[in-house]
Amino acid sequence: MGIYLPIAEISVNVFVLLAMGAAVGFLSGMFGVGGGFLITPLLIFYNIPPAIAVATGANQVIASSFSGALSHFKRGTLDFKLGGVLLAGGIVGSTAGIFVFALLRRLGQLDLFISLLYVVLLGTVGGLMLVESLNALRASRSGAAPVLKKSGQHNWIHRLPFKMRFRASKLFVSVIPVLGLGAGIGFLSSIMGVGGGFIMVPALIYLLKVPTNVVIGTSLFQIIFTSAYTTLVHATTNQTVDVILAFLLMAGGVAGAQYGAKAGQRLRGEQLRALLAMLVLAVAIRLAVDLFVTPPNLYSLSAAGLN
Amino acid sequence: MAGLRAFAAAALLSMLFALSPATAQAPPTESIQIGLSTDAISITAGFSGADLTIFGSLENPDPLIARQGRYDVVVVLEGPPRPVVVRRKDRVLGVWINLDSETFENVPVSYSVATTRPLQDIAEPAKYKQLSLGAQNLYMKPADETDSPATIQEFTAALRERKAATGLYSENVGGVQFLSQNLFRATVRLAPNVPVGTHKARAFLFKSGMFVKESSAQLEIRKSGFEQSVFRVAHDYSFLYGVFAISLAMLTGWLGRIIFRKD
Repeated sequence: MGIYLPIAEISVNVFVLLAMGAAVGFLSGMFGVGGGFLITPLLIFYNIPPAIAVATGANQVIASSFSGALSHFKRGTLDFKLGGVLLAGGIVGSTAGIFVFALLRRLGQLDLFISLLYVVLLGTVGGLMLVESLNALRASRSGAAPVLKKSGQHNWIHRLPFKMRFRASKLFVSVIPVLGLGAGIGFLSSIMGVGGGFIMVPALIYLLKVPTNVVIGTSLFQIIFTSAYTTLVHATTNQTVDVILAFLLMAGGVAGAQYGAKAGQRLRGEQLRALLAMLVLAVAIRLAVDLFVTPPNLYSLSAAGLN
Repeated sequence: MAGLRAFAAAALLSMLFALSPATAQAPPTESIQIGLSTDAISITAGFSGADLTIFGSLENPDPLIARQGRYDVVVVLEGPPRPVVVRRKDRVLGVWINLDSETFENVPVSYSVATTRPLQDIAEPAKYKQLSLGAQNLYMKPADETDSPATIQEFTAALRERKAATGLYSENVGGVQFLSQNLFRATVRLAPNVPVGTHKARAFLFKSGMFVKESSAQLEIRKSGFEQSVFRVAHDYSFLYGVFAISLAMLTGWLGRIIFRKD
């Protein structure tokens, strides 16, 4: 069944989009990630213009992170104060991102920049995760006890000024790295259409030493607002949010996520991470290939006067 | 594109047969008229391209010339003019990057031509240049005229090629048919991505390779339906639209959790 997307201005198949949403939702439920980093490239592969894929991806992320944050809120594994400070940084980063987005679009370099960011970020995160999970798998197979990270260990981040106490996270750290992390994620959110959970979660755990049980809830909480802000700004400045497209993805996504979460409980942590890493790497490689392969059309047209 | 359905919206209006030449003394001069049954057509969201039929008539044709088939008609449906940037990708360190670009002012978004015969058989190329008729003869005005002529020529050619490849610039040879000595029917193609706005239909009459007369009519192409309303709201009330998009996402997330909850 075909449907015409009013903003993307192309006809697409409803079932392809629902399936795409469900598949990504399943994976995001399984791995506990927002899925924005999969949705946006998939939309681009499906010939949705990158600018619209990004803005709509941000919109879609709200649904999945809202759904996830609700369950964490009910379980009490959500640090509102930490989330709030991350959010303050996120708003600044997102605003800067939108500005860069509009500038790149005017220069005709937006598509390239989005692809490059995806290749670099997904390649790095996927590569690191794959190495880490393969090591863990090998260690568990050889029977060695996993080496536990010593908690309470401090790094340079904990020597920065402007300290603040986050009770729910049992944390006393400087607000600078928290704000900076929020800003970085906000920037990526507006340029890549991702929630940024795949960077936020490891950063909170390894850099800020936030207890693992509050990390996902807090990350999801801040992602809701950063993506909502990103969606709103994209809608008002670039008019690139396609609500029909977003809704189809969300509908498939929220359903898939619940089943994915169930399936994820049956797999072991290292296996799960290795699978996710390979998935992330596959997307990165696919995007990288497009950058190097000679395009069928060297010339492209776009409307002038977007400024 | 095969299987295009005939577009019945635009049809015969001005079948103005020469009814009053009784007082004419001098040999009458030919002229051309085209008419559209409507001045606006709406295309719905599922629009996948169509043929637009325009009827027209010759006034005071010379029967002898008409019988010899020496009257030729070229009908053009020209979309609204818009500025366009043409970009060229080049390889930098192995990566394809948009490097050079050229901006053109007032390029018709679409340009569909229908002719009685191939253009080169109707008149001299210089004639078309003079009339700025045919996609190859449209003058594309570069925004920066100081660029080298070779560059401008290259990007102009690329612009025409891209427009033709996306079906926005099309040529339908044999798309104009004489139904009688006076009456003709022109079929121009509307691409699936035909732009909305004011389109101009123009008919050019040639007699034995010489340009005689031109007639034009305006046609408003609108998009209708739910999707168009969404588009309009997204542009006119973008803030409210954004708020709506966010609320919809939250509602979906919340409902999805209630409906599909597995924990």
